[in-house]
Amino acid sequence: METFNGTGVSKGYAIGTAYVIEPCEKKSAAHTAGNSCEEAERLKGAVELSKRQVKDIAQKASRSLDGKNAGIIESQINFLDDPAFVGQAFTLIKGKNISAETAVSHVADSLYAAFSHIDDDYIKERAADIKDIGDRILKNLAGEKSGIDFENMPENTVLFAHDLKPSDTAQIDKSKVSAFVTEAGGRTSHTAILAKAFGIAAVVGCKGMLGNVKTGDKVITDGVSGTVLINPDEKELSKYTRISEKFKTENAKNTAAAKRAVYTKAGKRITVAANIGTINDLKTAISNGAEGVGLFRTEFLYMDRSDMPSEEEQFEVYKKAAQMLDGRPLTIRTLDIGGDKSLPYLNLPKESNPFLGLRAIRLCLKDTGIFKPQLRAILRASAFGNIQIMFPMISSLGELSEAKGVLESCKAELRRRGEAFDSCIKTGMMVEIPSAAIMADSFAGHVDFFSIGTNDLTQYTLAADRLNENVSELYNPMNPAVLKLIQMTINAAHAASIPCCMCGELASDEKAAAVLLGYGLDEFSVSPGAITETKSNLLKKASAGQ
Amino acid sequence: MTTQTVKILNKVGLHARPASMLVNTAGKFGCDIKIKSSEKSVTAKSMINLLSLRAKMGDTITIEADGSDEKEAVKALTDLINSKFGED
Repeated sequence: METFNGTGVSKGYAIGTAYVIEPCEKKSAAHTAGNSCEEAERLKGAVELSKRQVKDIAQKASRSLDGKNAGIIESQINFLDDPAFVGQAFTLIKGKNISAETAVSHVADSLYAAFSHIDDDYIKERAADIKDIGDRILKNLAGEKSGIDFENMPENTVLFAHDLKPSDTAQIDKSKVSAFVTEAGGRTSHTAILAKAFGIAAVVGCKGMLGNVKTGDKVITDGVSGTVLINPDEKELSKYTRISEKFKTENAKNTAAAKRAVYTKAGKRITVAANIGTINDLKTAISNGAEGVGLFRTEFLYMDRSDMPSEEEQFEVYKKAAQMLDGRPLTIRTLDIGGDKSLPYLNLPKESNPFLGLRAIRLCLKDTGIFKPQLRAILRASAFGNIQIMFPMISSLGELSEAKGVLESCKAELRRRGEAFDSCIKTGMMVEIPSAAIMADSFAGHVDFFSIGTNDLTQYTLAADRLNENVSELYNPMNPAVLKLIQMTINAAHAASIPCCMCGELASDEKAAAVLLGYGLDEFSVSPGAITETKSNLLKKASAGQ
Repeated sequence: MTTQTVKILNKVGLHARPASMLVNTAGKFGCDIKIKSSEKSVTAKSMINLLSLRAKMGDTITIEADGSDEKEAVKALTDLINSKFGED
């Protein structure tokens, strides 16, 4: 038995049979150069053939993969037209009177070396594409067929390679391959991305394993720890059979759990919603079983651009999100900018204490030219689904009534315009400033719901900047002071018969679930990727306790 | 000669897919097109050269075209970059 360690980049376990993809041997020595015209013609033919092959692979890939991955392969066609690659090889043939093989090897090697040294992981990974294309042209020059024997692969095959090339992986039969192991590559490598898309285990950066593994060997791949065992003994085999079974059951359970509703022992329904920033997030959230959106961060609509998004633009996005949710609630938080998030086109003054400065609702109330178009867009979208409005950073009753006043004036304007909206639209507030939590009972009568933002509530209560690593020990949402404020907020909500949600990080904290259920929290809103785990945890805790 | 300075707006910057779209668009025009960053200037018709610019979100680049269809080329490339290459 031999053990190798790399980086696990896609979770999962595979016990299977190795298939080793041998690196392509350079054939440049085998062919002596003819005259430069002949060599150029040979290269031209090999490049044309390579283009057809890559196009063919890309087409197959677009049927079995999503568009983004197929795009990676398609981008290889550009390399085949690239003046800096194939163009350079032609120049070398003419200028130095060398064989097409030598020219291609030379160019591919120097580009591979150059790309490998770029300090951007993503671009570094493109070195694999360059090598792939170079190898393909060389193979076509030598007249051999390219590709791996996927037809006759047994089930549970674990692919071993120096680096998996997009053109190799595009033809993979998902029903037969159960893991990837490569010597090269990092977390952003093509291998990692593809393995995650396939939902199979992958270990990359597993140095020195080639040469110690041959096709047909029995292997274990641990995509969690990054361990690869070649010809494992009985003890390891039975251990991993157990772990792998457990992993599969857990996974199936979590996915199934996401479809079930959570009820406490007392029969109260608990919902798990999603925190989203984009329509893409919402797609993930819905497929993971979100029962609504507890927090739509609208900041993303305002960022990475040079001007404010118009009412119309925002309306389209909110409307689309509401329609996708098909009746489930969509809680839209009005612009929360300022603090650590700034917008260049707003020309906000630099502040010495940005977290205690002009941000979120404070900014919107000061400049209703920003606030009103957003409120009108949200109101208009409410005609197309179940939308709720949420104001961030409320610290006093005065601010809340001022915000509600602006909302009313927007409703009046839409009525004048004759635009449809939900006249009973629910309006709530974030409880993320200690003063709001302390006075929650006074606020509760003026809103339709509370949503606790634990990230800000924790940093304001403990006076500890959550982004400052020197005080990160002090930043603890489970600090008794913070928990007490959370409990007060939930109690005040229930006394006024309104629901209370939580949309901070704490909502997805496994250790906090029992406490929050005990306090009577009605909704847990978490990131789209955390929905299934949060839900299965809540199902366990809810039936065990309250 | 026509030039235009633009900001890269898409999240991943000039990575494989955006660079590939840029090369394909540039290839439709007969004029010479160069893309300049603060560090260097490369031809817009080479994917490898474009990747080597390592242009990230927020970086500013200059498109410079020379030839009979230079105006159309600069407009098409500017529009493509401003559309964030179709990323969400």
